[in-house]
Amino acid sequence: MSHNSTEKLVYMANQIATAFAAQKHEAAVEATRTHIKKFWDPRMRSKIAEHVAHGGEGLQPIAREALEGLQAPKAA
Amino acid sequence: MSLVHEIDYGTPASKSEKLVTLTIDGMTVQVPEGTSIMRAAMEVGNQIPKLCATDMLDAFGSCRLCLVEIEGRNGTPASCTTPVADGIVVKTQTERLKKIRKGVMELYISDHPLDCLTCSANGDCELQDMAGVVGLRDVRYGYQGENHTKLGKDESNPYFTYEKSKCIVCNRCVRACEEVQGTFALTISGRGFDSRVSPGMDESFLSSECVSCGACVQSCPTATLNEKAMYNIGTPEHSVVTTCAYCGVGCTFKAEMRGDELVRMVPYKDGKANRGHSCVKGRFAYGYAVHQDRILKPMIRSSIHEPWKEVSYEEAIQYAASEFKRIQEKYGKRSVGGITSSRCTNEETYLVQKLIRGGFGNNNVDTCARVCHSPTGYGLSVTYGTSAGTQDFDSIEESDVVLIIGANPTDGHPVFGSRLKKRLRQGAKLIVVDPRRTDVVRSPHIEAAYHLPLRPGTNVAIVTALAHVIVTEGLVNEQFVRERCDWEEFQEWAAFVAEERHSPEAVEKYTGVPADAVRGAARLYATGGNGAIYYGLGVTEHSQGSTTVIAIANLAMATGNIGRNGVGVNPLRGQNNVQGSCDMGSFPHELPGYRHISDDATRAAFEALWGVGLDDEPGLRIPNMFDAAVEGTYKGMYVQGEDILQSDPDTKHVSAGLAALECLVVQDLFLNETANYAHVFLPGCSFLEKDGTFTNAERRIQRIRKVMAPKNGYADWEVTQMLSNALGFPMNYSHPGEIMDEIAALTPSFAGVNYKLLDEMGSVQWPCNEKAPEGTPIMHIGGFVRGKGKFMLTEYVPTDEKTGPRFPLLLTTGRILSQYNVGAQTRRTENVVWHAEDVLEIHAHDAEVRGIRDGDFVKLDSRAGSTSLRAVISDRVAPGVVYTTFHHPVTQANVVTTDYSDWATNCPEYKVTAVQVSPSNGPTQWQEEYENLSRTSRRIAAE
Ligand code: SF4
Ligand code: SF4
Ligand code: SF4
Ligand code: FES
Repeated sequence: MSHNSTEKLVYMANQIATAFAAQKHEAAVEATRTHIKKFWDPRMRSKIAEHVAHGGEGLQPIAREALEGLQAPKAA
Repeated sequence: MSLVHEIDYGTPASKSEKLVTLTIDGMTVQVPEGTSIMRAAMEVGNQIPKLCATDMLDAFGSCRLCLVEIEGRNGTPASCTTPVADGIVVKTQTERLKKIRKGVMELYISDHPLDCLTCSANGDCELQDMAGVVGLRDVRYGYQGENHTKLGKDESNPYFTYEKSKCIVCNRCVRACEEVQGTFALTISGRGFDSRVSPGMDESFLSSECVSCGACVQSCPTATLNEKAMYNIGTPEHSVVTTCAYCGVGCTFKAEMRGDELVRMVPYKDGKANRGHSCVKGRFAYGYAVHQDRILKPMIRSSIHEPWKEVSYEEAIQYAASEFKRIQEKYGKRSVGGITSSRCTNEETYLVQKLIRGGFGNNNVDTCARVCHSPTGYGLSVTYGTSAGTQDFDSIEESDVVLIIGANPTDGHPVFGSRLKKRLRQGAKLIVVDPRRTDVVRSPHIEAAYHLPLRPGTNVAIVTALAHVIVTEGLVNEQFVRERCDWEEFQEWAAFVAEERHSPEAVEKYTGVPADAVRGAARLYATGGNGAIYYGLGVTEHSQGSTTVIAIANLAMATGNIGRNGVGVNPLRGQNNVQGSCDMGSFPHELPGYRHISDDATRAAFEALWGVGLDDEPGLRIPNMFDAAVEGTYKGMYVQGEDILQSDPDTKHVSAGLAALECLVVQDLFLNETANYAHVFLPGCSFLEKDGTFTNAERRIQRIRKVMAPKNGYADWEVTQMLSNALGFPMNYSHPGEIMDEIAALTPSFAGVNYKLLDEMGSVQWPCNEKAPEGTPIMHIGGFVRGKGKFMLTEYVPTDEKTGPRFPLLLTTGRILSQYNVGAQTRRTENVVWHAEDVLEIHAHDAEVRGIRDGDFVKLDSRAGSTSLRAVISDRVAPGVVYTTFHHPVTQANVVTTDYSDWATNCPEYKVTAVQVSPSNGPTQWQEEYENLSRTSRRIAAE
């Protein structure tokens, strides 16, 4: 896997989405969103939010939908 | 202080609930049915002379010293083998008995070297004691007859000697090796007068099957099997009860001392995890604590290319604090963080996370559990509601079917392994899911009913296939599921696993496991009685680690194997305090007691007591820290007692991350590999030098007790406290007990825990609070902690780490009995005689096509990097799979592991790496460069 961080975050988000993909679509999106909110540090969330804002290349549909509904983190 | 003497009752306790009343020497005694007369007598304080009996072992009845008289019965039966009976009247001391006993002792003594004064067991010898007890004053046969006094000594084992001439052939050692340890390494060879104990086929101890657990030494009544330390130092004069600092079994020991020198560690019978047993590490491998490599003075340097400079604690602490402040000023509050240690105590771990959250003002705290059992925490908490195993170790005694997945208990958790093997010899059935044929699959008197040798990385597919069989063949415990779990979620799950694509036949293609074996195993687990699951890092260290934990939790719920003795889901946790470090809030998203940092009420409680505001956002996890460091947003780190460079995957990436830090503070016993990149070194102290608690894999909180002053001047918690004070976040504890009181005040599952309770009870399993004042041995009795048990769907997703033409083999990693993790401790003990280097196990077929012979040096390449090590041809691994350990820094197996990780927790995928193996003649370029770096980085400037 690449160490380029945006690419890595996309990979991680997709991995999470895939893990929940067997559930119904709504539930999978919600579970992915909650998971990222619960476990990702703010800089990781800001970075992926930026990526989504720029088209979110490489994100699978569940991951994209989850991230689109994710609030941007507050500053420290 | 004096020696802690444990009573030897002569024979094990009976478990019967029926009581029997008898009279012994005029005293009325009531004991459980099945108790021996010997034990009953000891209960009222009458010690019947004995030599071949000890309460760790079943009675044997060979020495004839323990004879008694029973009114109305003929002869003089042996009290160790004769059970009590209602109404009998027993005499333990009569003229007749005295005479027989004297005669027996005379025979023993006439054949015994009488060098008592210079014998290493002088004062600690049961033969000597018994001679006194029976009043032996003279030996009629003289000492001139034929005897064994000229037989030599076997000193091959580094820790104990076998002095044949002193053997009285009581058989205790042989039985200890069989009954307690389960290795069957000893036999009595020869006959009659010539009979002697012998390891294997008259081999030396070192070359035999012996695993050096020490059970035979412990049971030997004479100096025949004796610790070398007793020979070299002398007998101990006081002892302190403490806990092993190696693995998650958490064995209790008596540290037997002479002054402040540790003479030996003796397993403690009252220890509830080990019940008097031990393994080679806890029993013998403590020499690292006084090893010359230990660093005892603080050191600093402004660049890792400079030599270290020894300074005072004050200077080192001030320097570290000012650096952290400078970095935060320049790069922001969240640019620093730290790592707590699963080797350190609960109190120390708690303090480090407190320093980070309160002193640094962020949540960038993580712990090495990230790289081992974080998926356990996640998986068990979402399904059951608690991030921990469900049973105590005693529970194994009531299991009927044991399912082991991705764990190697006889090497990784040896004392539990012995207890497991004992249960299996009593008839419990065994299923092993593991790519490698581990020892427990087939060993003396044990044969697994099923071994499912799956391809690494296909755990989810196998466990879901087991569920498929259970659901489609109608083996679900519906009553349990209806009562205890969410029925709707169950139905969704049942429909999912019942799909044909999850059948054993369908998954066989990629798991490589024959479908009928999977079916047989599923039926056995579901219908064989109490089914218990034990699993290890072979489950968690995968890109789907958390999914497998969830799949396991589903399996136990579907079959009703939760909430009573003998069943359950049990992670075999690696390090001594990995459970505790997780409990203590070492994860970046959780405060102590597994409460999310975003929970306002919980945060408020901590803020009130700590007097500081807390960040409500989760912090970085270890792999994220390295990424952020490489990227330039993470610049300073405080690492207590972990060697992340050696233990974490993808070494090159880790080293790039560490090299990018402006201030790395390492607190450790040794200049470990991580310290090569450090700017401040704070000396650590060993578990013998401080007070505190560890929490083992059973959630058991146990005391470690200080037996000597810290050689480096301060206990680890004191150093953290100094650093915190220098950062301007005051801490003023005068004893770890006060830290535990604070933990209890803030953590509901620890509310009832304090040092007084631990001293009284010996240990306690959390939750321990008002509802469970004496702790909780078995969890989820009558209901799950989260309410209804939650079934979750577990789709198998193959790892992206795939084999192909360049990297056609799968590497999986593990460890061995005598070494511990990165080996920083065990490599500094004589345990190296069993494992001087890491080797690569490879199947004969794979070796042959590559022109590799047994013992050749080979190069191991992956997408991440390459290393070289010696190859060993082995049929324990299947063709296509290779295996190695990671105990030695020269090999650095993690140079080849990748940074793929578990989807939920980022726990690295250590267990699957696509590799190529080729002949080689020496170290790789990386190994040479790293060797150079280590050499320059470890220089210490002359004063
Ligand atoms: S040390 Fe343990 S394994 Fe070795 S012979 Fe003694 S009991 Fe058996
Ligand atoms: S070595 Fe010790 S325990 Fe073993 S038979 Fe001889 S005296 Fe008994
Ligand atoms: S089994 Fe674990 S806790 Fe027990 S002695 Fe061995 S290393 Fe120590
Ligand atoms: S102790 Fe009973 S026969 Fe040896």
